[in-house]
This record gives sequence, C-alpha cells and structure tokens, in this order.
Amino acid sequence: MLKPVKILTKNYDVPDSHKLEVYLASGGYEAARKALGMTRDQVVDEAKKANLRGRGGAGFPMGVKWGFMPKGGDKPSYLVVNADEGEPGTFKDRTLMELDPHRIVEGCIIACYAVGAHAAYIYVRHELHLSKERLWGAIREARDKGFLGPKPFGVDHPVDVFVHTGAGAYICGEESALLNSLEGKRGEPRLRPPFPAQCGAFGCPTTVNNLESIATCPTVIEMGGEEFSKLSALHKFGDGGCRLYGVSGHVNKPGVYEACIGLTLRELIYDLGGGLPEGTNLLGVIPGGSSCPIIRPDDIVDAPDPKSILHEWHGKPQLDVPIGVDTMRNLGTMAGTTCAIVLSDQACPVLAMHNLMRFYKHESCGQCTPCREGMGWMMRILDKIVAGKATLEELDLLHEIASNVMGNTICAFGEGASMPMLGFLRKFRKELEEYVRTGGKSSTGRLAL
Amino acid sequence: MSFALNPEREREMEEIFSRYPNKQAACIPLLHLCQEQHGWVDSDVIAFVAGKCELPTAHVKGVATFYSLFNQEPVGKHEIWVCRTLSCALRGADKVLHHCEKRLGIHEGETTKDGKVTLRTAECLAACGQAPMIMVDKTYHENLTLEQVDKILDDLVGKSG
Repeated sequence: MLKPVKILTKNYDVPDSHKLEVYLASGGYEAARKALGMTRDQVVDEAKKANLRGRGGAGFPMGVKWGFMPKGGDKPSYLVVNADEGEPGTFKDRTLMELDPHRIVEGCIIACYAVGAHAAYIYVRHELHLSKERLWGAIREARDKGFLGPKPFGVDHPVDVFVHTGAGAYICGEESALLNSLEGKRGEPRLRPPFPAQCGAFGCPTTVNNLESIATCPTVIEMGGEEFSKLSALHKFGDGGCRLYGVSGHVNKPGVYEACIGLTLRELIYDLGGGLPEGTNLLGVIPGGSSCPIIRPDDIVDAPDPKSILHEWHGKPQLDVPIGVDTMRNLGTMAGTTCAIVLSDQACPVLAMHNLMRFYKHESCGQCTPCREGMGWMMRILDKIVAGKATLEELDLLHEIASNVMGNTICAFGEGASMPMLGFLRKFRKELEEYVRTGGKSSTGRLAL
Repeated sequence: MSFALNPEREREMEEIFSRYPNKQAACIPLLHLCQEQHGWVDSDVIAFVAGKCELPTAHVKGVATFYSLFNQEPVGKHEIWVCRTLSCALRGADKVLHHCEKRLGIHEGETTKDGKVTLRTAECLAACGQAPMIMVDKTYHENLTLEQVDKILDDLVGKSG
C-alpha cells in the first residue's frame, strides 16, 4: 500500500533546514518540551504504543528497549545513537543528519529523559563529514538556546549531546562493537550477557538506538504513540508508523523516500524508484541492505496456515508483501534498513555475490574463528568461480562454510555475511551452476548497465 | 623525534577530552586529530596518543591498525576513495576506478610519484542513491560521469596528470 508522507522529511526541501530558526518555525522542540512535562514512564509508554521497531536493521521495539534501563542506581546512564550507517545499499540516516540535525538533537533530549540519561553520544561514521558538521552546528545552537544544558525547558534533567567519530569499520555499526569503539578500543563485538542496559558504555547502563529511530521520537510524542503506530498498515503486527525507504542500483529514480509502513517492494521499485531502465527486467532485489537475502520477481508467498502473518498474501508474489520486520522475516529475508538494491537482468548474480563477499571479508573484525576463516575461505572460492576455475562441488562447499559460520559467532555479523551468500546460492543455483560449467561464458560479465 | 600538536590542535584536544567521562574514550578522535596534522599514524603519534590517554602503546597500536582510515604509511597530499560496493558497482564504479588509475598512472592503493594523490577503494560510503561516487579528502562527489571525474582530477593534479 503506497502512502507517501512528509513527516520525518517535512523540512528536507526548506532552504537552510539545518538551522535552528527554520526548525523552530516548523514547530521544532515543542515535542521535547511536551515530553519533559510528562513522566519518564509516560514517555516510555508512548514509545511502546508507537510500535517503533528499530530502524537500524534489527527491528527491536524501541519502547521495550527503553524499558530495560534502570531507575536510580549508582552509575550514570547513557544514550548512544548509532549513526555508523555502513550497510551496503543504505544511505537514509545521513539525509536526516544533513538536512534536519535539530530533529536528532530533539530526539536525543526525549530519549535521554525516557532512559534516565544525561549524555548522548551520536556515533557517526568518520566519512560523513557534512553530517558531523551539521550535527555539531545544531548541538551548539541548542546549547546556546538552553535546550541542551542543566535545565532544558525548565525541567531539572540536564542533557548534553556529543558527536563521536568512527574510523572506517562497518562492524562498529554493531551495537557492542560501537560501544567498544566509543570507549577507545578496537571495534570488536562483546559477548552478551551482559547487555548494554546493564553494562554498556563506560561500564554503565546504556541504550543504543539507531539514528532514524531517535529522529522519529519528536513525531511519536507530538502525535501520540498510538496515532503514530496507526499510520502503518502493519499496526496490527506491532510494526508502526512511517519510515525512510531507500532504493538504488538499476532503477530510474534512486533515492530516499518516506512512506507509511505497508509499502511493498514492487511499489518501492516501480512507483517510488521509477522502475527499471528501458530494455531491462528485474533480476532480483535485495530488500534492506546487503545482509538481507535476495528476492526474485517470481518468488511466491507460501503461507497456507491461517495463523501465519503472511497468510493474507499466500499465493501472491513476494514483491507484493508489505515490507515489515516480521513479514520479511517470515519470507526468509529481512526488512533490514528498508533500503533496497535492485539488480536488472543485465547484472550477473555471480558477480554480485562476489562483490558482497569482498565487502564482508574486508569488514570481519577477526575475533571469531568461523567468521575470520570462513570469510577468507568463501572469498577464495568466489574468486575461483569468477575466474572460471571452480568446480560444482565448491558450490556445495560454499553452502557448508556459510552454514557453519552462522550461529557460531559472538555477533550477528556471522549471520549478516552468511545469509546473503546462502540466499544467492538458493535463488540463483541454476545461474551459478551454468557459470561454473561454462567458465563464466553464460554470464553478462558485468554488474553495471 | 617525538610528536606534538600545534597550538590550535592542542586546544581542540582539550575540548575532545572534555566530552568523555574518561581519557581513553578520546583515543580515536585524538588519532584523527594527529593524522590531520601528520598525514599518517607513525610510532611517534602512537606514543603521543598513548601518553595523553594514559593507555599502553600496544593498545593504541591495536586501535590504529584496526580501523581502515588510519594510515599506516605516508599518503599523498590528497586521498581519492572510490566506492566499489554493490550499489556503486551496479552504476559503473569499476569504470570510475579504472579511469582514475589510467589518468593518474597508478593502481589502487598507490600514490602518484609526485606525492600529490593516493588512490584507494572504499567499501560502501552511504551514497548508494547517488552512485557512482568518489570521496576526495573530506568531500563527496556523487552522481559521477567520467567527464566529471576528469574535471575533479584536473583540479587536483592539473590537466597533464
């Protein structure tokens, strides 16, 4: 169901939208004022009612996560905002930082109040220099105005916000690696338990939220959680509101779009993304960043059981299922960052697989033997396949390696790297076998048009 | 020879320390600050950061070698990063990379003989909707045609480069 909105993106086309006077003119910081006039429990309750599923890829309910934070205790609590946008295909969070940084500062004030924190660190990947510049600009303006400081909006809950920079490591988008990186260490994920709400940044209770999730907080407070949730066609499945979607690759209008949840991949690709270039057809779409298994246009929903949440789409193309955290998971893929990568039939799926494997091998932190060794091993096999020197048995070996990395690692990078490989192996088995048999002659031989 | 920050960066360093509840958290921002001045992270920089953050030099070396943006050897005056992950590859990143290699007369990972430019490949730089793209030092150049790449290289190295 295509329902474009301009809620998160309402200021995007306004000149100087990053400046305080523009943000205030559009009603900015009224939500923070309202939130700080509520009790902490009431704010958390609104977030729960909003059914806001984490916008970073994992889709964990934000209100529930906020509820994990302690009250009182001898240690300070922290809010950490994950703006380490690095998932291939994903480019939505930077639009918020560049075009509406005050929304993020306002979201931090609300979230800090909700979790009992007085300091928020926005971890921004180093390469997003304009994002960092705009965020610091907004922070300074907010400090000058007293929105950040000892008594924001006259309420005795001091809040300050800082930008912390990364240094070029995708794994630092994983929350525990991010925390280690914030602490000045190698970005190596931690064993859990303990979870961040018990022991996070600097050994203190911490909530880590995705940047878009935080940027949505002012809207949740302004509209009320339930009203926000009801924007979504999947409200009944606990997946509420509106969100940013991205589309890239072989489409005519790549970009970031905002819509109510309920949007399908077909609508994202053809209605928002402008469809595929003339003379090409859809080969497959990676729904929400490279860690999500690919979907092919002929994939059909298999959900005969009336108890399945996919039942109402049983027998229909998967491209016509509303993109939601649970709907996508039930299809065997993920909603992820809801930034889709579109491949036309001009692109070789084997080369796409190779490209993504190279990414994952580069980004493995190296802590866990199955991941560290498995990435390298899969890469060597894919190099052989692309060079036309592999055997069919090595396709099975690829499957075996990926299957043994999954579930045997400290963090979800193992799954994030293995699932796309297993997805390509399953959905493009014929094309892979042809490639191996013909030494690559069956392939278009390229990724670009 | 030991490393020291210039006075302006010393002041920046103090501000960085004020953001965190302990000294160690300043490690990565401080390494960036030093690299901005020095061009790369050598053992003198590591010793400097270790001293300021009260960390073992081995720890700081571990950090400096983990992250791809800390240079382990001197680099050119300018760094060009060509993104090559899937969304950019689907829109011609390979052509952009080869064009840069041809024009600069170097392979990716190398620096031009006159020390002006280091050419490197990057993994996803979060510009997927504006692909293909390159990052020159701190600036993103997006939605690139090869003509635009030429113009950028002309500005960097002159038309004969």
